[in-house]
Amino acid sequence: MNYEPDEKGYFGEFGGRFVPETLVAPLDELTAAYLSARDDPEFQASFAELLQTYVGRPSPLYFAKRLTETLGGARIYLKREDLNHTGAHKINNCIGQILLARRMGKRRIIAETGAGQHGVATATVCAMFGLECVVYMGTEDMRRQQLNVFRMRLLGAEVRGVDSGSCTLKDAINEALRDWVTNVDSTYYLLGSALGPHPYPSMVRDLQRVIGREAREQILKVEGRLPDLLVACVGGGSNSIGLFYDFLNDDVQMIGVEAGGRGPFLGEHAARFMSGGKVGVLQGTKSYLLQNEDGQIAATHSVSAGLDYASIGPEHAYLHDLGRVRYISANDDEALAAFRTLSETEGIIPALESAHAVAAAIRLAPEMSPNQVMIVNLSGRGDKDIDTVIAADAASERRPAGK
Amino acid sequence: MSRIESTLRKQRSFIPFVTAGDPDPQTSLAVILKLAELGADVIELGVPFSDPMADGPVIQRSSDRALDGGMTLARVLDLAAEFRKVSGVPLVLFSYYNPIMKYGLERFARDASAAGIDGVLLTDVIDDEAVSIAARLDAFGIDLISLVAPTTTDERLGMICRNASGFIYAVSRAGVTGARSDVSSAAEELVSRTRRFTGLPIAVGFGISTSDQVDEVWRFADAAVVGSAIVSVIERSLAAGGTIEAVDSFVRSLLPQFAKTGAEN
Repeated sequence: MNYEPDEKGYFGEFGGRFVPETLVAPLDELTAAYLSARDDPEFQASFAELLQTYVGRPSPLYFAKRLTETLGGARIYLKREDLNHTGAHKINNCIGQILLARRMGKRRIIAETGAGQHGVATATVCAMFGLECVVYMGTEDMRRQQLNVFRMRLLGAEVRGVDSGSCTLKDAINEALRDWVTNVDSTYYLLGSALGPHPYPSMVRDLQRVIGREAREQILKVEGRLPDLLVACVGGGSNSIGLFYDFLNDDVQMIGVEAGGRGPFLGEHAARFMSGGKVGVLQGTKSYLLQNEDGQIAATHSVSAGLDYASIGPEHAYLHDLGRVRYISANDDEALAAFRTLSETEGIIPALESAHAVAAAIRLAPEMSPNQVMIVNLSGRGDKDIDTVIAADAASERRPAGK
Repeated sequence: MSRIESTLRKQRSFIPFVTAGDPDPQTSLAVILKLAELGADVIELGVPFSDPMADGPVIQRSSDRALDGGMTLARVLDLAAEFRKVSGVPLVLFSYYNPIMKYGLERFARDASAAGIDGVLLTDVIDDEAVSIAARLDAFGIDLISLVAPTTTDERLGMICRNASGFIYAVSRAGVTGARSDVSSAAEELVSRTRRFTGLPIAVGFGISTSDQVDEVWRFADAAVVGSAIVSVIERSLAAGGTIEAVDSFVRSLLPQFAKTGAEN
C-alpha cells in the first residue's frame, strides 16, 4: 500500500493546508525546494554524511536483556535515538531541514519547542552553519526544562518565552507561525514534528525515516527476521512515524503511545484518540484534536512536555482510522515508573517522552511469548527530566495513601 | 449582486472589526450598534478562538476576554440576531475554521443566515476547501469573503478572484493583525494587481489605525478595515469604563465626515 499523501498533502481526509493566505506562497516554495532536494543525490549525500559524522548514526539497536528477563515475555530491543548528538531523535530532522534552508538561501531560522529537545537540536545546527536562530518556547515549558533553555542560549540561540494560552508547545507554534507570516522573505521555519501544513508532515517523516530503515537492517541482522511489534511514543508523532514508516507494508504490529496524563477527562491528558479527541483543524492541518464542544482547543496535561500537545500529526490520524497502527496511552505515573525501571534494569535514563513507550512495553511484553520480538523507540535521553522526576517524587511522598 | 457587494460599491467605505463578546455580550452589542450609528458600511465580527495564529496580541487578548466571558459561536450568532433586529448594516463573521467545523458547516450556514449574517471570512481556509465551503454558504445567501496577500502570486489571484463573492480582503502586508504606523506600499501594488482579476470591491486591512491611513487606503481601494485599533480602544476603556464613549470618539477621529475644519471652529 502507498502511504504517500496526495499532492495537496492529504493522508486520506487528514492533513492538507489550513493557513493564512500569506503563507501559501512560502509553503509552495518550500514544497518545491524539498521535492527537488529529496531527489538530488548530492543533497542526500550531505544529509547522510552529517548524520554519520555529526549525529553519530547509525544509532545502536540494543537488546535489553535484563528488562526482557524481568518482564518474562517478548525480547525487547531499544532503538537508541537517545545516543544521538543532542540526545534525541530531533536532530535527524534538523540536519535535513537546515541543509534545505541553506539551499533556499535563508539566513534566519525560527523554531518552536516543547520539551526543548527540538529547540536544542535547531540551535545546534544553526551554530554549526553560523545561522541566526530564534526559538519560541512556552513559559510553562521553560520552567519545566530549564537545562534545555540554558543549552539553547549557550548555543547562541535567542529563546523567546511565550506566555499566551497554556504556555506550552501549542502556543509556541502559534508564535512561530506569527513570526513566519511576518518575516516570510528572510526566514525559514524549522518545524520540529510531523505536524503543521503540507509539506511539513511528510517532509519531517522522510527525514526521520532513517530510524526505521536502520532498525529494519539491524533487527534482520541480529534476529534474522522482522520484529512482531514496534512501540513508540506519540506527541506530534515524528519519532514514531520515523520508526514505523519502513515497516508499514510488512506484517509488523505497531503501537503509538499517547500521554494519558493524570486522568481521563478533557484537560487532564494529551491522548488525542481518547475521549474528547475529534477531527478538527489546528495550526495548518486537519487531524484529531482535543477540543471542547465549541471547537475551542482544550488544555492538555502530561508530565512530559514533549507529548503535551492537543493535536497529532495527520499521518497518525490516517493510520489510526485505517487500523494500521494501534494507539494506547500511558499515564504520568506509569511513565515515571518506567523511567525508574529502565534506569535500574538497563542503566539507561530515558526521556519522560520515551518513558511512555517503555511503560507500554512493560505492560505488553509479559503478554507476548519469548519467541516474539519487540522494538521500542528510545527517542531521547532523560537528563533534562531529572528536576521533573524529583518534583514528582516529592509530590507522591506527600500523598497520604503511601506509594 | 450580494448586499455586501452593493453596499461597498459606493466606495470610500469603512469596515470596523471587533471581537464578538469582548468584553461581554451586552457591551459588545452596544459597541456594534454604535459602529452602525457612526456610519460603518459593513461590520466585521470576530469569532473568538483559543489559538488565533493570524492575529497579533491585541486581538488575541480580546479573544481571550470574550472566551472568558463565556462567548461561543452560538452566542455570536445570537448577538448578530439581536443586532439585526435594529440595524441593516451588513455583518461579516471573521473566524478560524475549527469552531465552524465543530458546529457543523451545514448547521452553521443555516443558523448564520437566520441570524442575518451576510458574509463569512475564514482566516485559515484556502483553495479547494474554500471553494467547497463557499458553495455551501452560497446556498444560504452568504458570501465567503476571500483574502489576498502581498505574497499571493498572479496565478493564485486569478483563481481566488474567480471564486470570490462580496468583496476581496487585501491583507496590506505580510504579518499578523495589529496597528502599524504607515500603510505599506505593498498594499497599493496588491490592490492594483487584484483589480486585473476582479470587478468586486476591494477592502484593505491589517495595520490601519489613523484617519490619515484610512484616507490613504481610500485613494486606491474601496474600503478600509480598522480592527486592532478599535479593539485597543475597547481594551483601554475597561478599567475606567465608558467603552461606548471611547469607541465613539475614536471612530469620529478616524472618519472625515466628523472632522472639524479650522474655519468652522
